[in-house]
Amino acid sequence: MQAIFEQFKLRAEAVSAEVHRFPYKAAALDFIVRYLHEAGIADSPGSYAVWADGTFLRSVNKQELAACVPGLSFEVTRENAAAAKVGISQLDWAMASTGSLVQDAAPIERRLASTLPVIHIAIIETSRLLPDMPAVFGKIRPEQTNYISFITGPSRTADIERVLTIGVHGPEKLIIVFVDEMAGVN
Amino acid sequence: MRKEFRDSINTALHNPNLTGALGRFSEAYRVSRAKAYEGIDFEAVRAQIADRKGYAASHLDELAERFTEQIEARGAKVFRTDSPAKVREYILNLAQQNGVKTIVKSKSMASEEIHLNPFLEKAGIEVRETDLGEWIIQLAGQTPSHMVMPAIHMTKEEVADVFSDKVEQGQPPDIPKLVKFARGKLRAKFLSAEMGITGANIAVAETGTLVIVTNEGNARLVTTLPKIHVAIVGIEKLMADFADVVPVLTALPRSATAQLLTSYVTMVSGPVPNTDGTPKQLHVILMDNRRTEMSRDPKFKQALQCVRCASCLNVCPVFRLVGGHVFGKVYTGGIGTILTAWFDALKASDEIQSLCIQCGNCTQVCPGMIDIPGLILELRRRLAVEKGQPLAQKAIFSVVNNRRLFHSMLRTASLAQKPLAKDGFIRHLPFFLGEMTEFRSLPAIAETPLRDRFAKIEQRVAEARANLQVGVQATTTTSGVPPTATQSAELQSQESDVDAGLKARSTESTRIPTTATATDATQKRRSTPHEKAAFYSGCLIDFAYPEMGESVVKILNKAGIEVIFPEGQTCCGAPARFSGAYEVAAKNAQDNIDALLSQDVQYVVSACPTCTVALKHDFIANFESLGQTESLPRAHELAAKVTDFSSLVKKLVDEGRLTFKEGRQLGKVTYHDSCHLKRTLNVSEQPRELLTKAGYEIAEMYEADMCCGMGGSYSLKLPEISAPILERKLKNIKDTGAPLVAMDCPGCVMQIRGGLDKDGAAIKVEHTAQRLAEELE
Repeated sequence: MQAIFEQFKLRAEAVSAEVHRFPYKAAALDFIVRYLHEAGIADSPGSYAVWADGTFLRSVNKQELAACVPGLSFEVTRENAAAAKVGISQLDWAMASTGSLVQDAAPIERRLASTLPVIHIAIIETSRLLPDMPAVFGKIRPEQTNYISFITGPSRTADIERVLTIGVHGPEKLIIVFVDEMAGVN
Repeated sequence: MRKEFRDSINTALHNPNLTGALGRFSEAYRVSRAKAYEGIDFEAVRAQIADRKGYAASHLDELAERFTEQIEARGAKVFRTDSPAKVREYILNLAQQNGVKTIVKSKSMASEEIHLNPFLEKAGIEVRETDLGEWIIQLAGQTPSHMVMPAIHMTKEEVADVFSDKVEQGQPPDIPKLVKFARGKLRAKFLSAEMGITGANIAVAETGTLVIVTNEGNARLVTTLPKIHVAIVGIEKLMADFADVVPVLTALPRSATAQLLTSYVTMVSGPVPNTDGTPKQLHVILMDNRRTEMSRDPKFKQALQCVRCASCLNVCPVFRLVGGHVFGKVYTGGIGTILTAWFDALKASDEIQSLCIQCGNCTQVCPGMIDIPGLILELRRRLAVEKGQPLAQKAIFSVVNNRRLFHSMLRTASLAQKPLAKDGFIRHLPFFLGEMTEFRSLPAIAETPLRDRFAKIEQRVAEARANLQVGVQATTTTSGVPPTATQSAELQSQESDVDAGLKARSTESTRIPTTATATDATQKRRSTPHEKAAFYSGCLIDFAYPEMGESVVKILNKAGIEVIFPEGQTCCGAPARFSGAYEVAAKNAQDNIDALLSQDVQYVVSACPTCTVALKHDFIANFESLGQTESLPRAHELAAKVTDFSSLVKKLVDEGRLTFKEGRQLGKVTYHDSCHLKRTLNVSEQPRELLTKAGYEIAEMYEADMCCGMGGSYSLKLPEISAPILERKLKNIKDTGAPLVAMDCPGCVMQIRGGLDKDGAAIKVEHTAQRLAEELE
């Protein structure tokens, strides 16, 4: 697993994503809260954070968390996602060969949180890391979910003078948070 | 060629932003593409793509039905039609029924193909392209200059001006700021639009899934925010199984933009919830527009294997000079020429097909394994059939094919040239012919063509064979295996054959001389029978460079091979074939086969790669495409004997039948790969190895295998494109500092020697044969 993780990190960083890994959920949560504070999340348009539901949030006290980070909402709507600086969503698979993340994105709040805000924090369980595309294709089931997203780094363009520019229509920052042990309480 | 078309070429050539951007990109692309494919077996991946897309192209109806069943079962609506007009009407009706005022689009070539935007705008609907490059082009009222990078021809200053003029005053020419500006302006459109239109890169029949590949993230917003999603999908995007997506996603990003994967890949298999909880309206339009007809065309079916990566544009020596605008409004470059001929009309490709110089670069990188130059030739042929051959062309071929007449005309011309020729060059020609000598000097026509010199060439075969025999015996002695009585007798009988001259040997003559790996003495002796080779000169060596032919004879003689010049040989047919005149080419093929098979020879050797390709491959292809199957067996018989010069010489060196002089230090040489030698005959190491063994040090030039711009008659038809291609080549040659450039093609010699003469650079240009002739024992 370590070797695959190293490959993932190398590939993801090569396309300007940030990669972090934590042994426990509590440590990951600490990191995210600290990040939200440092990003200046506040209860005003343009500074919101939205967090789409996922297994990571189970056993997390959302009310406490929201109180600790004003401007953070677990109700993801078109309006607050469009006015959010940070969107947080959980991903289903990671693909080491290209540094990509894969998400069952049929639930609208996952798409809103991962597309509209300036920064996307992507949470992924380390055991969901697979080596390559054939392995990922062995897992995903398009006949069971109507929308699957592959995400590789932040949004990018080279349409003006071929100069690579990060952040066009999607997030300009992608922060990937691996969690080894997703079970257990804070 | 219409004046408007010529003008569009010249406008492009004189747009330094365009040629600069495309030139730099093509150079960077070569490197970054190679890096992106590290660790990937490209040949295996593209074989898989060609196989799976080829399968799909043969099962379009079946896959369309399967796809429809699957995605409709989950609540989508599928509309299949052949007619672009019906696609437009369907979308307009849908928009009007749902009160749509604004549509956001992510990139869709299919929508461009049917000119959807102006149609909807005329009906009062606002249509916004959201791919940054497409938006810039839309605002500027221009057309894309590249399939993947539509605004590559514009500078940041021009983009800032467009934004300032059309959207909001005062935008600075700062790329990150311009991108941010676009994000803000288009975000508002995403949020307010009632309908989103996308294309799709793949439509999977098995699961009813649309696969959409983007980098900017616009397709994710287009498929998420508006309540209606319409996907316009050309039916060639269908693939049978979900697993078929893997090879396409492996190759497409790497080939298109040298990425391992694009930022986003979106897979839509049915309607998803809107932000208000209602289900999205999902409409998939499976558009045919002659694709089914194409799938039934045995030649053009393979064009449906295209994944629209545009790598054929990126490696094209012509595209990087002229860009996409000369190709028309939608599909550009090599594949674009073919798609335009089908999706628009055959005659719409009439002019643009002439841009292809037939260098074959695109065939090396196409992930769909499409023979783009071959299909462009087929377009040329069909256009020629449709229009009939132009009279002037007919007249030219009737002269070219009558060697005696062609002779006497060229001889007359060569006499007339005398006052113009100096040091073997013609530097200026009068009147309209002046264009031919504007950027390079032309070779003077030799006083006596090779065919008339040939009989006088003294062939020193017996002498060489005597030496070879000594060599063989020496080897035999050292290896401790004495020749048996029968073998000795065989050797002697071979010797007497040489003395007797033309007596044919029944056992050896049917041997196909390709796989000889003789190392031990016995085998070596067997591989030195009295062999004969027929030399096929081609026009240039016959009439302009007979000395190249003489070098070939000299070299083969040293290996104990007698060389004959079958008198009946004529033009190889390449000029006719490249002009689409296949009947003329087939007649050439027939005449040459008769001439070259008239005597019993082991090899048919040519020192011109284009002629070699004609003899080895095109004769067969010509007969096949004209249905002249009765001519095929002899064409195959000839093909088996045909070899290019360097491959034959390398074989003879490997067999110990040719030896280089020892200890020669000849200095630096740079080698230019000729298109047909490298990419059709797959020969590139052989001449380099021979030159190195002779004592040269190879100084590789940049883009050694890039076309020199000759392309046979191309340089006469489109000198304005040929000249800048040559200019690049000359610069790359000069940059090596080598005093000598070698190549295996007399056409390239003509182009490059002529260019260097005009340029005044003191660099010698020679055929590899000429360099080697002096360096062999």
